[in-house]
Amino acid sequence: MSSRSSPPCGSSRRDFLLHAGECAAGAVMISLVTIRASRATPDMMQAAIHEILGTSEPQSGRVKLDLPPLVENGNAVPLTVSVDSPMTAQDHVTAIHLFNEKNPQPYVASFRLNPRTGKAVVATRIKLADSQQVTAIAQMSDGSFWSDSAQVIVTIAACVEDVQP
Amino acid sequence: MPSLRATAKQSRAAWHFGLQRRSAPRNDGGFVPDSGFTPVGAAWKGLLVPRSLGVLLLAAAIAQPSAQAADPPPENRHSGYAFMGPSLRAMQDDDMANPASLWLQDGETLWRQPAGTAERSCADCHGDATASMRGVAARYPAFDARNDRPINLEQRINRCRTTRQQAAALHFESHELLALTAYVARQSRGLPIAIKDTPALHPFVEMGRRLFYERQGQLNLSCAQCHEANAGRSLGGSTIPEAHPTGYPLYRLEWQSLGSLQRRLRNCMAGARAAPYAYGAEAFVDLELYLMWRANGMPVETPAVRP
Amino acid sequence: MTRPLIKVPQTAKRGEIIEIKTLISHPMETGYRTGLNGLTLPRDIIQRFVCIYNGTEIFSAAFSPAIAANPFLSFFTVAAESGTILFQWRGDNGFSVTETADITVL
Repeated sequence: MSSRSSPPCGSSRRDFLLHAGECAAGAVMISLVTIRASRATPDMMQAAIHEILGTSEPQSGRVKLDLPPLVENGNAVPLTVSVDSPMTAQDHVTAIHLFNEKNPQPYVASFRLNPRTGKAVVATRIKLADSQQVTAIAQMSDGSFWSDSAQVIVTIAACVEDVQP
Repeated sequence: MPSLRATAKQSRAAWHFGLQRRSAPRNDGGFVPDSGFTPVGAAWKGLLVPRSLGVLLLAAAIAQPSAQAADPPPENRHSGYAFMGPSLRAMQDDDMANPASLWLQDGETLWRQPAGTAERSCADCHGDATASMRGVAARYPAFDARNDRPINLEQRINRCRTTRQQAAALHFESHELLALTAYVARQSRGLPIAIKDTPALHPFVEMGRRLFYERQGQLNLSCAQCHEANAGRSLGGSTIPEAHPTGYPLYRLEWQSLGSLQRRLRNCMAGARAAPYAYGAEAFVDLELYLMWRANGMPVETPAVRP
Repeated sequence: MTRPLIKVPQTAKRGEIIEIKTLISHPMETGYRTGLNGLTLPRDIIQRFVCIYNGTEIFSAAFSPAIAANPFLSFFTVAAESGTILFQWRGDNGFSVTETADITVL
């Protein structure tokens, strides 16, 4: 299995999202990234969301996205997403997807869960390039989608600033 | 006695160059309606200046805080921790979430690793760091008899490396030196900073104080103008802290890495558009000494997290 | 190479839901930043993380460049049985790190 150091050719966001449900071990790595000079827009975020959801609409509820409302530095923003789910074989979260509106590209991360995960709560730290909306979408074992969003004010941006000595 | 007056020419330069924060220009033009802040001059892009400060800057001369009267009384001092939001404070407090823990892990490994032609580790002389290094960082920079002047903790570690381990000195801001310094300083976490103003150290504390109050750079700003006269106010969307180095080396989100106090001071100097001193410069150590003395009694937080 | 930090309880009761925290050293260079010489710094990120408990995947993640440097993850799992929990991170430029932690389930 090889991973590429240069921007991937031919692989698309859709490929990644389709393969996100497969076992990671041994799979060719598909990048979430398309290198663009310009920033994402709210429309791009919606388009990215609908690549996963297809024609379904996410319902509000069951998902809680925790982000600080005011961020001192966009380079590391603590984030917690919690989904209300019994995580049983019959009813569990299969994936959580995170999106943003104004970074160079709309994807943040995707997490894959199963009943062995026990509790659908994931915490990490993300980069935010501007004050914007971040959206979390939970995919359930019954095929439904649930979402929550948070607005964040970012005072010092990540991604779009140059390296300083 | 530092010069108190900016020349007219320097005032104009300050207007022109502005204080450019390294932030993307805001869509709204950097103007927050009637928050008590006003954009001062077109050159100050993205910089919101409190109106009271704007008035001060419009004056021909900005009054410098008096060097004697402005030493903050202990009960009024606040660590940069107090200026952060709850999620960053939680990041600092949780050892598993604090990215500096990665450097601490390496520091602990380096502590036990034999080095140099003497093939001696720190542990060979100093044993268990949690015992032997307790309280050490809280009293650095300390007077060094050999150089007849103060040295900081990084220099003290390098002194041991070269004289006791017969190893090459570690470069400033290298991963190894940061890891070792953070590991040693971590052993003082929670202890009060304890710089002794001895007769030998006193002239260097005073030199550091002079540097703190001296204007520098194209913007002709002194440390005190931001960190004493305007601590707690906003500068380009960030809150100006009081400049107490309670948590160094620290993980700065801006760097996405651990870094030393001198690195941070270089950022400040670059911000005032002054040529930063080189790492290890005597002026830096004097300034570090003054800042630590000024923070005497405040608890060590190393390794801190800061924006 | 700096080893990742992992926090897993050493012991747990059978069926207990336990929290796992991981922290790994990595620049997560986005590929959007310009360096001091004016050239774009190439992307260098961790792309995948997987956690496998006695051979069963219990959690995995796909990262974009929007994950912060020195990635931190906290997630949960059911303490099902004693054994070994394996953590693997893979990314650009052949980056591949594997760590394990043992757990005793009573």
